[in-house]
Amino acid sequence: MIDTAPLLEMRGIVKSFPGVQALRGVNLTLHAGEVLALLGENGAGKSTLMKVLGGADHADQGGILIDGREIPFHSLKDSRSAGVAVIYQEFNLVPSLTASENLFLGHEITRGGFVARNQERRSATELFKRLGVEIDIDTPCRRLSTAQQQLVEIAKALAFDARIIVMDEPSATLTSYEVGRLFEIIRDLKRQGIGIIYISHRLDEIAAIADRVTVLRDGKNVGDRPIKQITRNEMIELMVGRDLKDEFPKRNSMIGATRLEATGLRRGRTVQNVSLTVRRGEILALTGLVGAGRTETVRLIFGADARDAGTIRLDGKELTIRSPKEAISLGIGLLTEDRKLQGLILKHSVRENFGLPNLTWLSHRGFVRQSRERRELDHYIGLLKIKVSNQEQISNHLSGGNQQKVVLSKWLARNCEVLIFDEPTRGIDVGAKYEIYLLMNELAAAGKAIIMISSEFPEVLGMADRILVMHEGRVTGEIKDVRQATQEQIMQLAMS
Amino acid sequence: MVFVLLLLCAFFSAKTYKEQSPTGEAAAKDVAAAILEDFKNAPRVLIVTSEQPGDAAFSKKLERDLLASGVRILGIAKGEPKDAREALQKIVTASEKLEAIACTQVTGGWLLFSDLKTSFPALGEPKVITPKTYRWPDFLKSDNLLNIANQIAVIAIVAIGMTLVIITGGIDLSVGSLLALSAVLAAKFIRDFAGGMTATPMGMLLACVVSILLCGVVGLFSGLMITRFGIPPFIVTLAMMLVGSGLAYIIAKGQSIYQISDSFVWLGRGADFFELPNAVVLMLILYALAHILMSRMKQGRYLYAVGGNREAARLSGVPVQRVLMFAYIASALLAGLGGVIMASQLKSGSPTYGTMYELYVIAAVVVGGTSLSGGEGKMFGTLTGAFTIAVIQNGMNLTDVESYTQKVVLGLVILGAVLLDRNRHRA
Repeated sequence: MIDTAPLLEMRGIVKSFPGVQALRGVNLTLHAGEVLALLGENGAGKSTLMKVLGGADHADQGGILIDGREIPFHSLKDSRSAGVAVIYQEFNLVPSLTASENLFLGHEITRGGFVARNQERRSATELFKRLGVEIDIDTPCRRLSTAQQQLVEIAKALAFDARIIVMDEPSATLTSYEVGRLFEIIRDLKRQGIGIIYISHRLDEIAAIADRVTVLRDGKNVGDRPIKQITRNEMIELMVGRDLKDEFPKRNSMIGATRLEATGLRRGRTVQNVSLTVRRGEILALTGLVGAGRTETVRLIFGADARDAGTIRLDGKELTIRSPKEAISLGIGLLTEDRKLQGLILKHSVRENFGLPNLTWLSHRGFVRQSRERRELDHYIGLLKIKVSNQEQISNHLSGGNQQKVVLSKWLARNCEVLIFDEPTRGIDVGAKYEIYLLMNELAAAGKAIIMISSEFPEVLGMADRILVMHEGRVTGEIKDVRQATQEQIMQLAMS
Repeated sequence: MVFVLLLLCAFFSAKTYKEQSPTGEAAAKDVAAAILEDFKNAPRVLIVTSEQPGDAAFSKKLERDLLASGVRILGIAKGEPKDAREALQKIVTASEKLEAIACTQVTGGWLLFSDLKTSFPALGEPKVITPKTYRWPDFLKSDNLLNIANQIAVIAIVAIGMTLVIITGGIDLSVGSLLALSAVLAAKFIRDFAGGMTATPMGMLLACVVSILLCGVVGLFSGLMITRFGIPPFIVTLAMMLVGSGLAYIIAKGQSIYQISDSFVWLGRGADFFELPNAVVLMLILYALAHILMSRMKQGRYLYAVGGNREAARLSGVPVQRVLMFAYIASALLAGLGGVIMASQLKSGSPTYGTMYELYVIAAVVVGGTSLSGGEGKMFGTLTGAFTIAVIQNGMNLTDVESYTQKVVLGLVILGAVLLDRNRHRA
């Protein structure tokens, strides 16, 4: 399926932002009918490169060729008319509009000034059928699940008759069934001659769907190989620039007495009679498929949602936790799944975000000890190797991985005895992941009780002392001997 | 935004730049100095003043200064040219001569003095001495600047509370009505319970405190509606605006309550600290405290956090509901304080006070750089915003812009000021 001129060629793309050179002369080629996996650590330049391709950002130097002809890419319109559709990691849907309306947003089907709603709805229904998805096209998008919204996004790109589709971490919130469907659709698109750029950190998936792999590191293209000619380790090496012997650091678990005990937690239909315990020095992994109710369960423990029933005991003493404030004062911390919406105040600086849950002990008689705050933050910037130009940098400008580190730092400073990590390494590059795993091990070694929610089974098997699997609001199984456990075992429990 | 404010000041200074002439004691000093310089040997002087404000002070000081320097004052004429003519006549009759006639700017220009040689030859040739003129913008005269500050004091103080509310991502439309309610309540309490025209300072103080606290109760109610029932602040405070205004009219029976002791105007019209109006001093103190709250205190950080991302703040342990209550109660209390100051300025409480004030207050906050979406904004920015509005209004008054046209201009200039400020930040 390789034509004479490649479908897409990006040549010598250079892009700088104040203080950092994101792209230093990147070349990228995509052929019609192929899936190109774009790999790289956070901060390597993948998102920036795709923003340039999508017309959202303008390259300082370099050019983009479609079918061998150079085309200006100054705006979203240019990009669209060149046949490029980008599906971003964060959704671009209007929550109050329906799936059908979102699909045709900006290019509604009109007749004489009026929107031809029925025609749109028919097209939308057909498109979703092709995707093999059952979505009520008349529901407002905010009532759809994250996974369903993702599928609407993909349908949107398809509605544009794009020839080049960029997918940025599309499978992060999909169940394996939906990922399977997605791959079938991608193969279908390949047969139609559409070229796909697939960005993901899930190396297993890439092995399953990609034809070729391009690796970016520090703003440059450091490797371009057919998938059959590169191993998983080689991919990691190229991304990180070093050989990662083990993806997960070794640990010697020293597990002590029960720290937290939750029994009979219940909230509506999403959490039904869930009980769990976690001990000092232990990492308990809470896993399952998307929608299993894991986040909802820990939110009950943290006081973020009100529970219908259930008791929570800390060191044997029963607690009434009615708000996050109470949970925090008792030494429980929660790193949320969605760091942008719930973990950080994006328009505030790193320092302000760091300080927020810590103001109770950083203040004296209502006044914040600002010098102490700065010193503490400096300590964590060093410890976690957070890349910031200075403490006052606005959080929104940091890369995903660094944002996660800032969130981490604020809870570490709080010195919580029970830490709940909800998908701590989602959307984070391999190098930073390892650092986070090391940190979790250190925390456990220091006697903290850790609950880790994760959807990545390798991660669960690599990090946990004990595994709890959930499915549709219930605990379906507990795995105590992690070393003998397999991914299939977990999957079984996750689907039962 | 300070840049824009300075730009406006420069503009109005340029437009009102003209010949100024001192009056009162300053003028007297000037004239006395001039006379002593020109005439070394105990000159004989006639002082001529009119009924202008400041002339009495001029005359008194001049008399004192001249006498102290050994000058002989042969007469002091006050009022009309004919009074001056009479005085001159008296001097002639007494066979005296005159070295100088000390005049104000106004009296020096009287026709009477233009041809003294012909009309009063026996006087010798007295020189008419007037205060030296200088060039200075009307806008920058200290009277005018203090006037600006005094005019804006009420709005600026209420704007402190509005800034807090807007930073949390909300809005308070009720402040104008609360201002009226507080003014009416204070006046009524003074009239009916503290003795009215013979009220004691303690009685008046108590009346004011109670009025302000009652406004605080309204703020508490608004806060509860917003936090417990989740009703949008716009709706709640809009409703309170109507309720508050209605209550003010009911309590005042639609009238202005004016039977208040004269000493009540101390806050609104007095100037006891370095000649600064008391209301302005209070405003500065409150702004300093508010600034400290927002920049150095935990509660300030919480306010910013709630406005920046309410859910993230909650999940970080911020007591969101308490913080919001604080903002709305503070706003109501400050509106109450504004009402009391206004009542003090006008020595009466009327339900018509504060009409449309919420818009000016919001304008001050927004012009000062605070974002309506919440999470950011500086107290001193609001002060700058308030002054910007005041400067625009004052400048238009000085340059004789018609009052209806002023409204149009104010609206457009506010828009222009914000655009200019945004452009500078983007650049």
